[in-house]
Amino acid sequence: MQQFTYTITDPIGIHARPAGLLVKAAKALDCAVTIQKGDKSVSAVKLMNLMSMGIKQGDTVTVTVEGGDEEAGRRAMEEFFRENL
Amino acid sequence: MKVATGKSILKGIAIGKLKIYRKEAAQTSRTSTLTPEEEYARFQAAQKAAQEQLGELYEKALDEVGEDNAAIFEIHQMMLEDEDYVDAVKGILDTQGATAEYAVATTGDNFAAAFAAMEDPYMQARSADVKDISRRVVNILAGAETGSAQGDEPAILVADDLTPSETVQLDKSKLLGFITRGGSTNSHTAILARTMGIPALIGVDYDESWDGELAVLDGYNQCVYVDPAAELLSTMEAKRRADLEQASLLQGLKKKPNVTLDGTEIQVYANIGNGGDVGLVLQNDAQGIGLFRSEFLYLDGDDYPTEEEQFAVYKRVAETMAGKKVIIRTLDIGADKQADYFGLDHEENPALGYRAIRICLTRRDVFKTQLRAILRASAYGTVSIMFPMIISVREVRDAKEVLEECRSELKAQGLPMGQVEIGIMIETPAAVMIADELAQEVQFFSLGTNDLTQYTLAIDRQNPKLDAFYNPHHPAILRMIRMTVEAGHRHGCWVGICGELGADPALTETFLRMGVDELSVSPSAILPLRKRIRALDLRKPAGKIEDGE
Repeated sequence: MQQFTYTITDPIGIHARPAGLLVKAAKALDCAVTIQKGDKSVSAVKLMNLMSMGIKQGDTVTVTVEGGDEEAGRRAMEEFFRENL
Repeated sequence: MKVATGKSILKGIAIGKLKIYRKEAAQTSRTSTLTPEEEYARFQAAQKAAQEQLGELYEKALDEVGEDNAAIFEIHQMMLEDEDYVDAVKGILDTQGATAEYAVATTGDNFAAAFAAMEDPYMQARSADVKDISRRVVNILAGAETGSAQGDEPAILVADDLTPSETVQLDKSKLLGFITRGGSTNSHTAILARTMGIPALIGVDYDESWDGELAVLDGYNQCVYVDPAAELLSTMEAKRRADLEQASLLQGLKKKPNVTLDGTEIQVYANIGNGGDVGLVLQNDAQGIGLFRSEFLYLDGDDYPTEEEQFAVYKRVAETMAGKKVIIRTLDIGADKQADYFGLDHEENPALGYRAIRICLTRRDVFKTQLRAILRASAYGTVSIMFPMIISVREVRDAKEVLEECRSELKAQGLPMGQVEIGIMIETPAAVMIADELAQEVQFFSLGTNDLTQYTLAIDRQNPKLDAFYNPHHPAILRMIRMTVEAGHRHGCWVGICGELGADPALTETFLRMGVDELSVSPSAILPLRKRIRALDLRKPAGKIEDGE
């Protein structure tokens, strides 16, 4: 299991478009990706669940990557968050 | 004549017959005569057909409204594939012996209700998207025609709400404008209307009896006149014609250089107040951003924005401008712009007080955070830094020293940086008087005429009693601008104007004759200014400036 935390800088947070891109990026990996905010967590491949978390600018989320090539998965997710969120 | 008010999505006027747009809700029955497996197979087929329709809509939207706005249909496709959505449909089929139509409609309502209950208005607006995809699938299942409820004549459409896909599907040649009861200014439908330039009002409490009536949709005054009086109608027709002429004229000016008839060229840049304005900058074809006010980063929050937060915003703007110049003005807080967490004292005379560079040079931690963020963003585009409220050479040297410190720190950390041009705002009479010395320290000047005017004339612009004494074309101001331009040019600095005077068409010729290199104005003023520039001929004798003296 690999984990990192990230604070959202995008002014509107994980809204429709980035959420869609995140699902795409997470699906492309061979690991299970989970996004956690506070005590709620969702799978990164579930678009509507992800959107309904209402993750906003300034929120800190914990991203967990499990199974498959975890090291590569974490790197890919870290890069995705930095570039898009 | 009846008048109803609403919220305007686009400032424009539409005149025509009203057409009430009725959605053909597919008749669905709840109980199925098929097995859950058979119903699920029907759902899957309809889901696939819906995906194909959305793919076509995406292509259509791409042509009409561009990639950013078309992306919503990609999101719709993904929503329709969403595991939870599909699981919910399957659950209803398995446990309730329901039809696929019923299962999809119920699932759509449930998800829409969940989004509608969220606090964030942006997310609330997403509930329309879920309903939209569900309705599409239900219509396919029920074999309903998604045919034209639009009618054959050009009309102003009136509806409870329009989904993004309905908005794109509408035949634009017959769509004069639209009026909806629901919707939000944040909805994709509103965004699409803006992009397509269609006058629209939302939140209008309309009446079914309006169907077929002549009406004027007035986006300026945010209202609709049904069965308008003859006099109003002719006024509005004239206004609409003027709008159209202006719009087509300005569209014709896009991609044209800002050059006078005799071949004198000047740069026209845009002033922006937050990262989201970049769209307007590109839409109006600015050659760069001449003033990016960074204050919004500080005024919007409850605490100092971090380096990462600032970097993300600056980087995005630099990238979006794709190599065009982006001049970021460092923090200009104080005076009328206050943020509680700065803990600034109350001042008797804030315009002459602790503000802008004066705060930055005493609060170096705050200053360095911003400079580091800007330097890092410079790796992603053409970024310049501009220091505000300068009155001495010492201040410029100090600010540059802090900048150098940041640069070496970043270098030691191995972070990439680009070439950064350094400039200052000329907005105090002191800076004008020592412009020769200042010009040897920097690469450019930008005249902030609002403050320069206030400090030169000793007139507070917030005080209406002083209007009679206020003259924006005062010869003292114009002479100061000339002195600044000449001093800048003597030492190889380029000189621009980013205050309100830059957009004043009465002064464009004067500025060109003075040799001003750049005018930075609000995005909506760019094309009118370009029109003015392209009509000038500096070979002709100079026109008189109305200076009110």
